[in-house]
Amino acid sequence: MFDYTFQWRQAIRALPQMLDGALVTMQIAVLSMAIGVTIAVFLAVARNSSSRWLRAPATAWVEVARNTPALFQIYMAHFGLGSFGIYLSPYIALLAGIAFNNAGYLCETFRGALRAIPATQIRAGRSLGMGPAKAFRLIVMPQMFRISFLPTMNQAVWAILMTSLGVTVGMNSDLTGVTQDLNARTFRTFEFFAMAAVIYYLIAKAVMLGARLIAWRMFRY
Amino acid sequence: MFETDLSLNDLMFLAKGAGVTLAITFFAVTGGTLMGLLFGVIRAQIKPWMALPLTFVLDIFRSVPLLIQLILANAFQAIAGFGISPFVTSCIVLALYTSAYCTEIVRGAIEAVPMVTRRAARSLGLTWGQDMTQIVFPMALRVALPSWIGLTLGVMKDSALVLWLGIFELLKSSQVLITRLQEPMFILLITGAIYFMLSFPIARLGGRLERKWKEND
Repeated sequence: MFDYTFQWRQAIRALPQMLDGALVTMQIAVLSMAIGVTIAVFLAVARNSSSRWLRAPATAWVEVARNTPALFQIYMAHFGLGSFGIYLSPYIALLAGIAFNNAGYLCETFRGALRAIPATQIRAGRSLGMGPAKAFRLIVMPQMFRISFLPTMNQAVWAILMTSLGVTVGMNSDLTGVTQDLNARTFRTFEFFAMAAVIYYLIAKAVMLGARLIAWRMFRY
Repeated sequence: MFETDLSLNDLMFLAKGAGVTLAITFFAVTGGTLMGLLFGVIRAQIKPWMALPLTFVLDIFRSVPLLIQLILANAFQAIAGFGISPFVTSCIVLALYTSAYCTEIVRGAIEAVPMVTRRAARSLGLTWGQDMTQIVFPMALRVALPSWIGLTLGVMKDSALVLWLGIFELLKSSQVLITRLQEPMFILLITGAIYFMLSFPIARLGGRLERKWKEND
């Protein structure tokens, strides 16, 4: 039944290449989180606003992002936009898809956090002479980020795991893409992807541990 | 103005793909929920350090990308010569993936039942089994159901990844049509609409249940 010899040495020799791929993975994850958080703040404000013209597009964005697969969103950026003559490279398509997805999920996280901030805080800020935008920026937003810090970091881990989908649109520089390239050259599928799995696991754990440490250091009263 | 080569036959092809997506989701969620119930009860019952091996293994399924899990499982079954089809492989992987999340939901829900309630049940002479089925289960269900619905929808969306193993589910079917008709935006919009129609009503139901049940707490 088991007449297969594992060739781990090949996989270990390819480790530097894969670590370079892991850097690209991290880069996409960080960028997609930065874009996602920025858009999500605006979406959260728009969804809470009283104007229907602000609320409707924000709600549509969030519902589409949350009710379709992330892979579909990446396909949309990569293949779908081709209908309009816009051809995104795999890197940009992957980044756009994950950022879109992140923004949708983070918007709901932020909205939950906003609900936990008492309205009296804004009124106190306004009575000190701040404008609505300034009160939001200086009083509400820092508290919002604090309350939603750990869920946001959870989403960051999701973003890291989602970058592996890039290989389906021809991405070959991130960790999964590099692994797939090596696999296509050597057919040592199990060994290479097992290495990739270990690297992903370590990255995910490191991010979560770092988040816990930061939360513990910064958010003590 | 707008014309398309998409025929009714092609729509049926997409519908068949959606059927495969639903079938995979059904097997994965059924298997995953059963395992999740078992593991969740074990985790809530024994001490944390005793459950450490179980926690560690289940955590792996949540920290490694699903795509990589699928590729690894498929490669492993080929190496070991099990000769099982990609469909069964993906169902097994997705079931394990589901069980990892379901365990957390079940454990959280069981721990949300106040210990005094359970002691009261035991002191009335109920056995552990009776306590579990008659007291803990109904109370924990209210806590767990909204998250479980969310998990089910998540698995349905994640099941799109099985296309990498060559299974013709919804997204892969759309790719086939795109290759043939060269109308990527239109076909992807239909595909997205199908996913949305499958997911959105149930997501809404979950959200409503959550709000409704919170009022009574």
